[in-house]
Amino acid sequence: MTFSDSGTGFSLSAPTLSTPALAGEAGPRTLRAGFIPLVDASVLIAAAEFGFAAREGLQLDLVKDVSWANIRDRLAFRQFDVAHMLSPMPVASMLGLGSNPSPTIAPFSLGRGGNAITLSVRLFARMEETGLTGPGEDALANARALAAVLAEMRARDEAVPTFGVTYPFSSHNYEMRYWLAAGGINPDRDVKLVVVPPPLTSDALAAGAIDGFCVGAPWNMVASERGVGRIVAAKQDIWPSAPEKVIGLRPDFAEAHRERVLSLLLALDRAASWCDDRANHADLAEVLSQPRYLAAPAELLRHVLSGEFSLDDRGSRRTIPDYMVFHDRHAGYPRPSQALWIYSQMIRWGQTPFSHAGLEAALSAYRPDLYRAALGEASPDPAHDLRAEGREAEDRFMDGHVFDPVGIPAYVAGFPVRADTGSVLEDD
Amino acid sequence: MTQPDLTILVIDENAIRSSIIEEGLREAGHLRVTVIHEVSGVARVIETLQPDVIIIDIENPNRDMMEHLFQLTRMVSRPIAMFVDRSDTAAIEQAVEAGVSAYVVDGLKKERVKPILDMAVSRFNAFSRLQRELADAKSALEARKVIERAKGILMKMRGLSEEEAFALLRQTAMNEKKKMVEIAQSVVTAAGLLM
Repeated sequence: MTFSDSGTGFSLSAPTLSTPALAGEAGPRTLRAGFIPLVDASVLIAAAEFGFAAREGLQLDLVKDVSWANIRDRLAFRQFDVAHMLSPMPVASMLGLGSNPSPTIAPFSLGRGGNAITLSVRLFARMEETGLTGPGEDALANARALAAVLAEMRARDEAVPTFGVTYPFSSHNYEMRYWLAAGGINPDRDVKLVVVPPPLTSDALAAGAIDGFCVGAPWNMVASERGVGRIVAAKQDIWPSAPEKVIGLRPDFAEAHRERVLSLLLALDRAASWCDDRANHADLAEVLSQPRYLAAPAELLRHVLSGEFSLDDRGSRRTIPDYMVFHDRHAGYPRPSQALWIYSQMIRWGQTPFSHAGLEAALSAYRPDLYRAALGEASPDPAHDLRAEGREAEDRFMDGHVFDPVGIPAYVAGFPVRADTGSVLEDD
Repeated sequence: MTQPDLTILVIDENAIRSSIIEEGLREAGHLRVTVIHEVSGVARVIETLQPDVIIIDIENPNRDMMEHLFQLTRMVSRPIAMFVDRSDTAAIEQAVEAGVSAYVVDGLKKERVKPILDMAVSRFNAFSRLQRELADAKSALEARKVIERAKGILMKMRGLSEEEAFALLRQTAMNEKKKMVEIAQSVVTAAGLLM
């Protein structure tokens, strides 16, 4: 078997999805990185495009992919050295969940924000008719109004609505479920959850194949500006600190190429800081809009970056100042409490039972030690690594619950809506 | 064959490629092969077919939907794992490189699935080769057309014979260390601007 002998040979503008040769072979300072075209890949793209990787002596070869399953497999089978990943993916891998779990760690978080929940215009109109919500209402009021509509639909024997998320182990799945459950809706019984690739969400909504979805930017705004969807909740409404994308890599790679990985983290940190600066948003949007990256209008991307929302096509607007946060308040730090919150949601929805081995496995997915080794004094105080989440006024969960990482079974049991699995504990 | 035949589901948006794979599987004696070109309704198909092996094109973004389905089916105790033997990384790498991904019912013997995967990989590769050849043939045809046009322009504007026009193009290409088609293309472009 022959491997690619050149790190520069792969063209980003290849018209079809090219199959990269094995990564890690190309050169001592080259990293091959897989990504999915989403705004939250900005830090990775900016690191490659605006000189942050080069400044650390790294060459970042970015490879666009079409599915999270591909990202996972290509990382596992060494076609990628690192990858843009959903934060629950390394956690699921370490827990042995999914169809191809292979050890994956997250030493860096690519930022917060970007997700939102969009419902069809028709469904939202029905919610407004209940009188429980309206143009100015918040995410919780919207969820309660949806619960009322669902009760009405059940009474009339109508088919339950179908909502799309992106992947079984995704922030979108857990955020969609959190929002529904906060309104008293059981996501496994009262609605139907399916997986829809993000670029297809707006078409699927327009065609009536789904009635709503939770995905990352820019797809909510694409649907609302097209007039097919109404944004009913943003991630900031559900839990502002919710972990989003991370950089994932194989632990053996991190061990064998530690210096290269630490250089990458440094480059990503600098790129993240640059991405947060509004003065750079026009340049960033311009690069992101290119066909080899997101292939979306630059103007729309500028709006996403500044958190200016079109909620619908009737001119309802909302500005969320922290809609996309890449660097501020240690957004890049892989805080272990976040890995455990993800684990708690997996337990809540019956993907895995609670166990001490599981707790250890989930914790091992996040690697703040590598972040700390790269960024030193700029890192947050490790004393807060297992802090309770959702306590501060500006960081509350929409239902007011507080996540205590050392009391996961009680936390999960405290939710009135969760999977009907009986006990949350592993029966042994 | 003493063992019951395996049920195989092929999901591929490319109708030509999937028929090449289907043919290969049938030639290898697999008669229970189902091919679908789109994933809508795939949940029902899987439920009715209960396939032992699912082969899906790796460029299909709906792979994530399959992951979701398997997550659901896992809960009703029908475990499906990707690839037969994780220790056989060379085979897996070849599959991923060829653009094949596969899901296999857990517990199925490696000897039974390996030939199916190998076959899918070689057929995927054969299809890519075919596409490449087709693209090459197309661009050769295009090149010939451009050269013909450039020749015509040179003959008309500079009063050359066909042989002289061709020789001029070839000489210029050699001097500039470029392909003849590139020189021809500049002649055509320039003529378009000047006339």
